[in-house]
Amino acid sequence: MSDQVLKKTPLFDAHVALGARMVPFAGYAMPVQYRDGVLKEHLWTREHAGLFDVSHMGQARIRGADPAKSFEKVVSADYQGLKPGKQRYGVLLNDQGGIIDDLMTARPDEDGLFVVVNGACKDNDYAIIAAALEGEATVERLEDRALLALQGPEAAAVLAAHVPAAAEMVFMDTAALTAFGVDAIISRSGYTGEDGYEISVPAAEATRIWNTLLQDERVRPIGLGARDSLRLEAGLPLYGHDLDETVSPIEAGLNFAIGKRRREAADFPGAARIGAELAGDLKRIRVNLKVLEGAPAREGAQIADATGAVIGVVTSGGFGPSFGGAIAIGFVPPAQAALGETLNVIVRGKSQAAQVVASPFVPNRYVRKL
Amino acid sequence: MRFTKDHEWVAVEGDIATVGITAYAAEQLGDVVFVEVPEIGKTVKQGEGLAVVESVKAASDVYAPVSGEVVEANAALGDSPETVNAVPETGGWFAKVKLSNPAEVEALMDRDAYEAFLSTL
Repeated sequence: MSDQVLKKTPLFDAHVALGARMVPFAGYAMPVQYRDGVLKEHLWTREHAGLFDVSHMGQARIRGADPAKSFEKVVSADYQGLKPGKQRYGVLLNDQGGIIDDLMTARPDEDGLFVVVNGACKDNDYAIIAAALEGEATVERLEDRALLALQGPEAAAVLAAHVPAAAEMVFMDTAALTAFGVDAIISRSGYTGEDGYEISVPAAEATRIWNTLLQDERVRPIGLGARDSLRLEAGLPLYGHDLDETVSPIEAGLNFAIGKRRREAADFPGAARIGAELAGDLKRIRVNLKVLEGAPAREGAQIADATGAVIGVVTSGGFGPSFGGAIAIGFVPPAQAALGETLNVIVRGKSQAAQVVASPFVPNRYVRKL
Repeated sequence: MRFTKDHEWVAVEGDIATVGITAYAAEQLGDVVFVEVPEIGKTVKQGEGLAVVESVKAASDVYAPVSGEVVEANAALGDSPETVNAVPETGGWFAKVKLSNPAEVEALMDRDAYEAFLSTL
């Protein structure tokens, strides 16, 4: 990987000018933190508004005679039932019911579906989707667009000053509109547990819009380091860590990603396994762990029961700045996944007590109604 | 004070070496949220893991810049790991090691050599 030339988002120069520490991520040079550092950036987002560059993520349009019906061949969500102006989470599944990627799909306008996928997965995703939909729908990658996220309790007031219509949106609303003088697609959603927006804009205008938002004193740039600690506290799984091609959406606790109609029809890849898991034949399930003592348990740390037997593994973990302690996401057998269950995490050979707690670790502040 | 290429510092008084990480290392790590210091009585060889510092992002090993026996550990870092960022080259020390091979200290970089090394990074 190290000899591979890293791609740059349209905001690369803006990050460097802000003193960002750039690291390789999903094939891109991305800002892991700015001058404030991860801790301050995390807390700023929870108290004010954080601006993130997530242009490494894949943006695409799926078009066809009935793009939602076609797309449902490879994803679990009910996209035929997705109303105009709304966005819905879903998972791209392999034939074994494992998660190829998790994604957001929206109907911002009449132009098919607007899909946002993970940066590290996008090439594979598009190939799989295009192959499955061949002859009835097409996938167009929107390579000339950037994606910004504005997150935090002051995000709505900040954005409303530039885009009054944003104030009228609720969680998971998505709109195609003119904003900042360009054609934008804005959703009221994000990956921090806070209220906020994701804003798709033409790449050529991204730096101007980024700088415009940063001129508001409530807004600071936030790197991928804080993005990770924020989403961990929000109990949101991260693809490539908590989710992969062996993990099913039921194991991952993402039952909501499978629409009721889809469940009844069992018409998605891996439906046999997922149906059996929904009926109770589940070997492991995602849990949130509060580490009660000692060091943060990070990805790869083993999870043991009271007898010391290894029963699972941590898939994401670290320190939650707003939670005020070490937290982790991991997988254990359902019998040991009850809230309040005391388990152990093994960190550098030491067994440390940990407790299964509810998700999210820090309460969500999504705006579900105005 | 002497320094390693892994950005530890050593301050020797008699046969006792106090060990910490440099201001450069603390800056690179970012906000320290957890420190694991060694147990007293532990014997370490030069280059072995002596302590662990954790930022929000990651855990990093602190290597023993010298060989010897741990005679004291900075237990205060348990409650206030941020001391490592605030005063890395004084109050943020990790452990005191009784030198088993004092010659190791002489082979480490002095301040000028360490500054020169940093300028190459």
